[in-house]
Amino acid sequence: MTSNYRLSQLDTLEAEAIHIFREVAAEMQRPCLLFSGGKDSIVMLRLAEKAFAPAPIPFPVMHVDTGHNFPEVLEFRDKRVAELGVQLIVASVQEGIDKGLVREEPNGSRNRIQTPVLLDAAEKHKFDALFGGARRDEEKARAKERVFSFRDEFGQWDPKAQRPELWSLYNGRVHLGESIRVFPLSNWTELDIWQYIEREAIEIPSIYFAHRREVFLRDGMVFAANEFAVPRDGEDVFTATVRYRTVGDATLTAAVRSEADTLPKIIEEIAVTRLTERGATRGDDKVSDSAMEDRKREGYF
Amino acid sequence: MGHDMDMLRFATAGSVDDGKSTLIGRLLYDSKAIFTDQLDAVEKTSRDRGDEYTNLALLTDGLRAEREQGITIDVAYRYFATPKRKFIIADTPGHIQYTRNMVTGASTADLAIVLVDARKGLVEQSRRHAFLVTLLRVPHLVLAVNKMDLVNHSQERFEEIKDEFTAFAAKLDIPDLTVIPISALHGDNIVTRSENMPWYDGQSLLHHLENVHVASDRNLVDVRFPVQYVVRPQSATHHDYRGYAGTVAGGVMKPGDEVMILPSGFTTRIEAIDTADGPVDEAFPPMSVVVRLADELDVSRGDMICRPHNAPHAAQDVEAMICWMDEQARIEPGRKYALKHTTRNVRAVVRDIQYRLDVNTLHRDEAPGHLALNEIGRITLRTTQPLFVDEYRRNRSTGGFILVDEGTNRTVAAGIVVQAA
Repeated sequence: MTSNYRLSQLDTLEAEAIHIFREVAAEMQRPCLLFSGGKDSIVMLRLAEKAFAPAPIPFPVMHVDTGHNFPEVLEFRDKRVAELGVQLIVASVQEGIDKGLVREEPNGSRNRIQTPVLLDAAEKHKFDALFGGARRDEEKARAKERVFSFRDEFGQWDPKAQRPELWSLYNGRVHLGESIRVFPLSNWTELDIWQYIEREAIEIPSIYFAHRREVFLRDGMVFAANEFAVPRDGEDVFTATVRYRTVGDATLTAAVRSEADTLPKIIEEIAVTRLTERGATRGDDKVSDSAMEDRKREGYF
Repeated sequence: MGHDMDMLRFATAGSVDDGKSTLIGRLLYDSKAIFTDQLDAVEKTSRDRGDEYTNLALLTDGLRAEREQGITIDVAYRYFATPKRKFIIADTPGHIQYTRNMVTGASTADLAIVLVDARKGLVEQSRRHAFLVTLLRVPHLVLAVNKMDLVNHSQERFEEIKDEFTAFAAKLDIPDLTVIPISALHGDNIVTRSENMPWYDGQSLLHHLENVHVASDRNLVDVRFPVQYVVRPQSATHHDYRGYAGTVAGGVMKPGDEVMILPSGFTTRIEAIDTADGPVDEAFPPMSVVVRLADELDVSRGDMICRPHNAPHAAQDVEAMICWMDEQARIEPGRKYALKHTTRNVRAVVRDIQYRLDVNTLHRDEAPGHLALNEIGRITLRTTQPLFVDEYRRNRSTGGFILVDEGTNRTVAAGIVVQAA
């Protein structure tokens, strides 16, 4: 913050996000924050904490657990939830499979089948607002999404029937069974997230920093060799210095080669990178031009 | 990249083929905000479609229907940064039927770029875009005269368009107008001054975007703090804490200031202004803070904190310009809506539709009976509870509202307070 009544870009983004959190807490009946332990949801949790301080966060957090987790991230999730004293709801994809709600996909990825599990849990808990950490700079379908994104009783997004969003007047009115996905980080970029993490000295899971790991190459991307991503014939395992730019389903999320082992080095790396974070690390968005739009229509974030 | 850069939100408008996508592509590309994988994907799609050149519009057309139809349906938000500023572009489609999107994009913009083709000069849509920018009180307008390369970089042609626009703009009350001759395709006057137009002595577009002064555009005079949420921890450590959370909508607030609460009219002092990082000495727009008051008063969401001798109008009768945004229904006298203004939700009935405005000619069609999709007009509303409003030209936050259909829950209109009684 500086004099002459000018806010820095991080202060402006923070103020906007806090405004959105408060608006939801004031107007919606049962909000819930989606928390994966990834960097964006960690920033979300921090902003929620700030929005209501010195009172506690007035809603629970939910993790849609694909079962394909990086152990460092799960550990981090539990630690952070305990520190804040918020209620954690775990919606398990494995349980969804066991109950017959969803079926395992042939490629073993649980990215797509987590959507019905998410919708099922949201319905069970009667959540009418779900906070997500999606950013408009991530993907071009997301670039068109509202801060308050209306979903029908099936959780579906209809891009052509979006509510106009003017000034900072958000329309959260829904009928029973319908809901709003809320994206307080809509106007943040990947670089803003990292600069904010540095400024606020926010703790993040260790896998975001460069480390040595057993990896193999698939589709031009570097995957960690573990129980979720097993190298096939011809995919040689080697040791490399890598870090993660995003954290998702461990079968699909690739690492990037990097020597950035501190926040300033990560920020320097992000500032000059020529690849988007999803392009560099997500197998799931490469399926087609509309992969994200299609998943969002089905109720994905 | 430093942390102390500020942010500029701008909207772009142009009619079809004015080169808007090329301009945005150019700004993103030159500021290195287009990534290799995005460019690869766009090149591949362009090839698959049989386009002759890499179609940069594909970068912003995010929806399948848009790519299939080759048109932009919805506002897309794009981001780039230079060492000086972070920029948010609201890329609004220029088609005639999408006034709604232009109004949406302009509502939050600090600046708007209206593009015209130097060969065609001002067209009907340029006038409409300039009018909407003025209606939404976007503080800075740039008229970018594009495709200067196709008119031999002619100063005469540029001056002609500039004069024509200036004459039109005189009717509009534009606070700050800048006219720049550019070629988005070749990069003339985009990042640096063009050698092809030595007669132009102004700044490049990016230089203007980086330096235009926006902090003083916000109202720093009239204290307006709509109470958004009451913070009451009710914990052992903060047993008696009671704070009023909100976003400063106008003025500069300081601890010790005498304030008045609406609707009660009670006065008290600001005890402290809190943030999660500790108390602050002052709060100004658009900071999100928690205000504590010296006296225990009954204050709740929807109330307004202001100064005793500088209060907004407490009005139940509001005259407003509205842009109607719903495809399915029309607005007519007698209809009732949910109205959201700052943090206040009330119901409103339409008393009268005074006129419909032809945004191309600025002609007023008196007593039109109704307004349909993308139409703009002046209406009179009566609300169930008072609103604490300012004229929109004085404060965009306390002068703007939305109407919501109580049956469908759709946002059906954007409203701009012209007068309150």
